[in-house]
Amino acid sequence: MNTMDRRRFLELCGLGGGAVFASALAGCSGMGAAKNADAADFYFVQLSDVHWGFRGPENPDPTGTLPKAIAAVNALPRQPDFIVFTGDLTHTTDDPEERRRRMAEFKDVAAALKVPTVHFMPGEHDASLDRGAAFQEYFGATHYTFDHKGIHFIVLDNVSDPGARVGSEQLEWLKADLERQDKDAPIVLFTHRPLFDLVPKWDWATRDGAQVIATLMPYRNLTVFYGHIHQEHHHLTGHIAHHSAKSLMFPLPAPGSQEKRTPLPWNPAVPYQGLGFREVDAEPRTARLAIQEFPVVAT
Amino acid sequence: MKRRDVLRCLGGVAVALPLLELGVGHVRAAEGEGRVIELEARRFRYTPNEIHARAGETLTLAIRSVDFVHGFSMPELGLRSDLPPGRVTRIRVADLPAGRWTFLCDNFCGEGHEEMNGMLIVEA
Repeated sequence: MNTMDRRRFLELCGLGGGAVFASALAGCSGMGAAKNADAADFYFVQLSDVHWGFRGPENPDPTGTLPKAIAAVNALPRQPDFIVFTGDLTHTTDDPEERRRRMAEFKDVAAALKVPTVHFMPGEHDASLDRGAAFQEYFGATHYTFDHKGIHFIVLDNVSDPGARVGSEQLEWLKADLERQDKDAPIVLFTHRPLFDLVPKWDWATRDGAQVIATLMPYRNLTVFYGHIHQEHHHLTGHIAHHSAKSLMFPLPAPGSQEKRTPLPWNPAVPYQGLGFREVDAEPRTARLAIQEFPVVAT
Repeated sequence: MKRRDVLRCLGGVAVALPLLELGVGHVRAAEGEGRVIELEARRFRYTPNEIHARAGETLTLAIRSVDFVHGFSMPELGLRSDLPPGRVTRIRVADLPAGRWTFLCDNFCGEGHEEMNGMLIVEA
């Protein structure tokens, strides 16, 4: 996809939903931008909720789905600048050895991605039973920052605490990091659970998420990408947009649509239905983002 | 209906009052606790996982965790407490509103964590 095509995505700002969702770091206003006038447009890919090690009728191809997504990413006409996995790389297990075996396998499979820069973060399935110990052995820190072409990226861990808290120590770290940013700086925050109370009775929340959001609110061009809920979902808290991603193992029901959040059954008529990944087009000069969703397709 | 709406309608107050009772054995009702419901929290199940009550009733849930610091959360009524093992944690709720109120463990406790939930059914 060329630059002109990406600009056309950005022009779709305001449509919402569907295959293309154009968001913006500035709530689609396009106002506010990176101070770095030379920042070039780029895109990254978000993969989420792989649940490597899961076995169940909800996905009869549990070891083939991630490779299909990786092949699709590798086949993109122009490669993304980087890839981010927003947690639940593995399906949880009470056996610490099995947890490490799943992480090692996942890492081997993910190594087939052609893009050299891949950022990982944990989900509760990876980290909540050992406070992130195994994850750190295989993938490094559970929270960190990086900068890319004029955008500041923050990876926030709301899963290593089994009670789904970011925690006071990490919150102070976040505040200190944000204090170094301009209030108009384009910022993207990756996390696993929703930071807002999406469906608390399904455990779709972060216990101290309100404190996190209050910390983020002064920043006018900040967008959140997360996983956990196994479906595309878009939500605003004030001016901050929160975008969840599809899973690469099984979809979950729409928020609050039924009593229990049981996985949706596999549809043999439409294999891999509800599974997918997304690319996010970034235009740092105007602080705009555009999202394009891709399905996993049978090959 | 959100909890604050429920409270606004009722003009009443649902009170989460976690109290800890050390030791084992039968759980006795204290003054003002209303009916006491004993529950066991064990990976990965609440027993019982279905509780019936009448609207307006006052209940105290006396929850004994046996193997983990499970979490008891009934978010629609604004109730939650950690459940340290080896103790009884008491959670009082007054003026129960009618409805079906999900409760769940909200401290990730293992492979079956996501199935550790139950329902408080309050008849009008």
